[in-house]
Amino acid sequence: MSEAKPIAAESVAVTSAPPPVALAAVSKRFAATQALSDVSLDLLPGEIHGLVGENGAGKSTVVKVLAGIHQPDSGTVMLDGKPVLIHGPAHARSLGIATVHQEPRLFPDLTVAENVFIGHALTGRFGSVNWRAMRRSADRIFESLSVNIDSSAIVRGLSMADQQLIEIAKALSIDARVLILDEPTASLSAHEVERLFAIVRQTRDRGVAVLFVSHRLEEVFELCGRATVLRDGRHVITAPTSELTAADLVRYMVGRSVSLFPRSASNIGNVLLDVKGLTRIGAFRDVTFSVRAGEIVGLSGLVGAGRTEIARVLFGIDRADAGEVLLAGKRVRFKTPSEALHAGVAYVPEDRHLDGLVAGFSIAENISLPIIPRLFPHLFIRGNRERNLAAGYTEKLRIRSTGVAELVEALSGGNQQKVVIAKWLATEPRVLILDEPTRGVDIGAKVEVHRIISDLAAAGMGIILISSELPEVLAMSDRIIVLHEGRKTAEISRAEASEEKVMFAATGQNAEETHSGA
Amino acid sequence: MTQDPRAASQQPDPSPASSAASVAAGGHSRGALSRVLGSLSAAARLEVFLVVILAFLVWWGTQLSPFFLTWSNFGFSIQDVMEISIMALAMTPIIITGEIDLSVESMVGLSGCVLGWLWASGVPLEIAIPLVLIVGALGGLLNGLIVARWGLPSLVVTLATLALYRGLAHVVLGSNVISNFPDDFTNFGFGYLPGTSVPWTLLVFLLLAVVAVAIIHGTWIGRQVFAVGKNKDAARYSGVRVAGLKTALFVVSGVVAAFAGIILTARTSTASPDNGLNMTLAVVTIVVLGGVDINGGKGTVPGVILAVFILATLKSALTQAGMSTDYQNVAIGLLLIFSVIAPQFARQFRVLVDRVRLGRHRPVRDPMPGEVVR
Amino acid sequence: MALSAPANVRAPSRVGTLIGQAARSRELTLAVVVILLTAIVAILAPNFLSSSNVISVTALTAIIAIAAVGEALVIITKNIDLSVESTMGLVAFVVAEVLKGQNLPVPAAWAIGIGLGLALGMVNGLVITIFRVPSIVATLGTLSIFRGLTYFVANGHEINATDLPAGYTDAASQTVFGVPLFVILAIVVVIVVGLALRYTALGRHLYAVGSNADAAATIGIRSRWTVFMAFALSGMLAGVAGVLWGIEFGQLYASSASGESLAVIAAVVVGGVSIAGGSGTVVGAAIGALFLGLINNALTVLSLPQEWLQVIYGVVILFAVATDAVVQVRTQRARARSRTR
Repeated sequence: MSEAKPIAAESVAVTSAPPPVALAAVSKRFAATQALSDVSLDLLPGEIHGLVGENGAGKSTVVKVLAGIHQPDSGTVMLDGKPVLIHGPAHARSLGIATVHQEPRLFPDLTVAENVFIGHALTGRFGSVNWRAMRRSADRIFESLSVNIDSSAIVRGLSMADQQLIEIAKALSIDARVLILDEPTASLSAHEVERLFAIVRQTRDRGVAVLFVSHRLEEVFELCGRATVLRDGRHVITAPTSELTAADLVRYMVGRSVSLFPRSASNIGNVLLDVKGLTRIGAFRDVTFSVRAGEIVGLSGLVGAGRTEIARVLFGIDRADAGEVLLAGKRVRFKTPSEALHAGVAYVPEDRHLDGLVAGFSIAENISLPIIPRLFPHLFIRGNRERNLAAGYTEKLRIRSTGVAELVEALSGGNQQKVVIAKWLATEPRVLILDEPTRGVDIGAKVEVHRIISDLAAAGMGIILISSELPEVLAMSDRIIVLHEGRKTAEISRAEASEEKVMFAATGQNAEETHSGA
Repeated sequence: MTQDPRAASQQPDPSPASSAASVAAGGHSRGALSRVLGSLSAAARLEVFLVVILAFLVWWGTQLSPFFLTWSNFGFSIQDVMEISIMALAMTPIIITGEIDLSVESMVGLSGCVLGWLWASGVPLEIAIPLVLIVGALGGLLNGLIVARWGLPSLVVTLATLALYRGLAHVVLGSNVISNFPDDFTNFGFGYLPGTSVPWTLLVFLLLAVVAVAIIHGTWIGRQVFAVGKNKDAARYSGVRVAGLKTALFVVSGVVAAFAGIILTARTSTASPDNGLNMTLAVVTIVVLGGVDINGGKGTVPGVILAVFILATLKSALTQAGMSTDYQNVAIGLLLIFSVIAPQFARQFRVLVDRVRLGRHRPVRDPMPGEVVR
Repeated sequence: MALSAPANVRAPSRVGTLIGQAARSRELTLAVVVILLTAIVAILAPNFLSSSNVISVTALTAIIAIAAVGEALVIITKNIDLSVESTMGLVAFVVAEVLKGQNLPVPAAWAIGIGLGLALGMVNGLVITIFRVPSIVATLGTLSIFRGLTYFVANGHEINATDLPAGYTDAASQTVFGVPLFVILAIVVVIVVGLALRYTALGRHLYAVGSNADAAATIGIRSRWTVFMAFALSGMLAGVAGVLWGIEFGQLYASSASGESLAVIAAVVVGGVSIAGGSGTVVGAAIGALFLGLINNALTVLSLPQEWLQVIYGVVILFAVATDAVVQVRTQRARARSRTR
């Protein structure tokens, strides 16, 4: 099997040996989405290879294929030039591929040392677990990484940063040849990032091939020798970072013509929602913005920027630690989603399967759920009220199904999303927050959802649109608020907005930075 | 194997552009009629199965004794399980929401003892009974607050209150036993509707059963119960007051258990701290046998009602066969485990049938993005 | 780029060690409480420390402790075993029956008893792992089934101490260098199982499966086999407890050991084994048994009504579970805060 894609510009000095790990023309599909199309990529020993792309470009699918979590539909993973089928995560590990996922997968009740060696515990006499050897080994690993972690500490109390380091230590303990880091810096402070980089460089110097997946372009330039850009599941370019600029990367990541979405003009009215200095420790800090009637405010940013967290606070799922929220001028502090609902705030969650829909309920039952006490004030469910309500929304939102009694899990992604939206529309909210409303939805349904959103704004609703899809945000929003690491870095009006501008703000390029002392 | 609260008779709306678009419903495109029949058959499948078991038990009973199918035997056998049965009605929504209440048997004992103590202290029954029900409500409230508001696992919490309430029962009555209850009271417990073999307590059960069916399957409270059981988070994000709902369910369970304790005291004419011992097993068995999924989200009250009759018949048949109550508990234990295992076999069987019918491998569902494949 | 002072680079680790220490100190705290309690009761009732009282307290406590060690294995894997009392009762009765028949030497009877316990534990294990019945339901069922078997074996009779070989029950009051025999046995069990938990792969797998079942599967740990072993071993230990029960009491009924499951589970939970799985030690479970046994005896010695025992069990379990939850919430908050942004 030969490498399919030509690599732009000169490659890193290639030894005669085949790369330890490579993807050859890998494609992978998930239900409605083609996550990867014919992607080829190789990792060389002693290099840190950056992988960049927007949300949904296919980066995490690449990681999961290499980690053995998913198997390619077509194409193959190559190990030392030979095609191999990786059965699962344990198999991947035994092949020398160590992955540090975005979310650490540790055992919270066990010690650091044990976590490092889990699955391949060091044994002593009679095959018994040798705690001292594990602790010393773990200590040695941490020392070599110049990191101060107590190997006998229980993982549960440790910070995200430390947990990630433990995952890296795990990789080093199995003498991995390939180390994959998936968005490792998402939850780290500047200092912790520096620490991590030093470790990654050390690992590279030992001859390990490192794949570094990140949103943060400055990190990619700082750390990586080569970088690959993915867009819409396709390989765009692989080149040495010395030959690229951030602007280049952004252009490759984003480069497409902005398609037109139906957006009817709306009269923008009074301020409905006023968010002032809102803070939630560990999620976002000092966020201020407002939403007017008839306005669509886009909330943009990278994974971990804090957008969903803000939505959850606005909807009463989580509580803020500081700041205030005013709804139509009145100060509100929602303790439960039920309170937010009654006040006229609705939230269409990011993950419709986990949080948005009740599987096992029909379309009608899902749509009526938030307002069911209102719908049947005499307790008993009877008559056609529920059915008519659902039928009405089915028509208005063009939900395709065999009927309102159909179970939601049988619907396509787009129609499911419409059911979730219908559910919230039924509560007649004043402010509607949509979190990634067209994720996993096909083109046709996407346009329809945009039409619906546009109509709602025209009818006077205040809308917050959280989306990682730049074209969507740009086309729909009257104003775009960009977040980076929990802070607002830009507020861009429709007239001035461009993909590059948003992307720069989202990656912190033009943020008002307050450098820390360290 | 079982049910959503929507009545099996509800017809789907013949939506205009639906038939062609039903292909979008990832999978087979079925007509509306076949889908209705499918869901009807799924609902009926369990109840039919239970009826078959019931029929078999009745037949077996008649083989054991010529008096089996008599009214007097019916009355006697059904009376034996009435306390357990009303608790099963209250336990059903709790299990549907994914929780459990192990403390019911101890509340039976505690309520009986409080009643006995009040009575022995000269309090008239008209006042004592409501007071005892309040005790039940308080007990349920304690369970509910700790489980729903503090978020502690109901298994351990109700295990603790199982001990706590039983202990309190002993504290209230010590080693005493009160048995001098008035005839009016005890007649209610073991008496029958005049001229028939229908026990008073059966009427109580049927009344409560009707209420349970109405609330769980006919009101939006029941709808919310199922929503919480199927997806607690989605329900909460949809404005369902999950904590309040669960607390209310535990309070009801407590009151019902207290009521069961009163009935038991009347029936046995005795208030003793050991009343109700081992009842939790039977209650959970009835609920699970009735098709309620122990993990939550599914179940029907009619199924539970059928299970009540199955248990009564089983106990009666076993008694006819000469089995003492100690051994009958073994049968109940076996029945409990069987009722959890059987649906699995049924599912495997159906998968096998599907595979044979389709003539090929069932298409393996691709994991959703982010899903871990093992 | 994210800012803010690196704060204490060390702080995160320290939170971790602190939590580790807090957990470990549960055993210490409990031990201290036990000592204090002993002192208080001894002052209030001088005969508390008399050798006869000490022996009678420790005998039952040791039995519960051994059963608690087994139960701890199960709870560590995030399961529960309600049937332990029935296993104990059945084994006790069967062993006594065998001895009554006088056909086998005593050690053989014991072997049968322990083997029976192992078999019963394996039944639980099979139902739970192969048939995927949740452990709460499965052991609720076997609680009755095993008890029924006891009734079957008993067939209406009871066993008196006179039916047993001469001097059989004396073992319960024997001491070795002043330490009651049963206590030594319990200590041996705790040490052996404790070492196994700490130093064998299976032991570590028990913790892994209880702590994060998904991650365990990813690593390649065979969860079902691990849980099966937990129940099998737990059954075996319940069998040992059953044998000792027979020696201690001599008089056995079909209902022997009824209600002890609660005492066993309470001991485990009080001893610091989290009901959420993944943590706790058998030493803690044993100290928990000691603590509860002490309270039990204190009630008798101080002439307090015995009825309060169950109430105390209930309160104690609630308290232990609530504390676990509070610690969890605190560490989550600490972690969020240490994510300096």
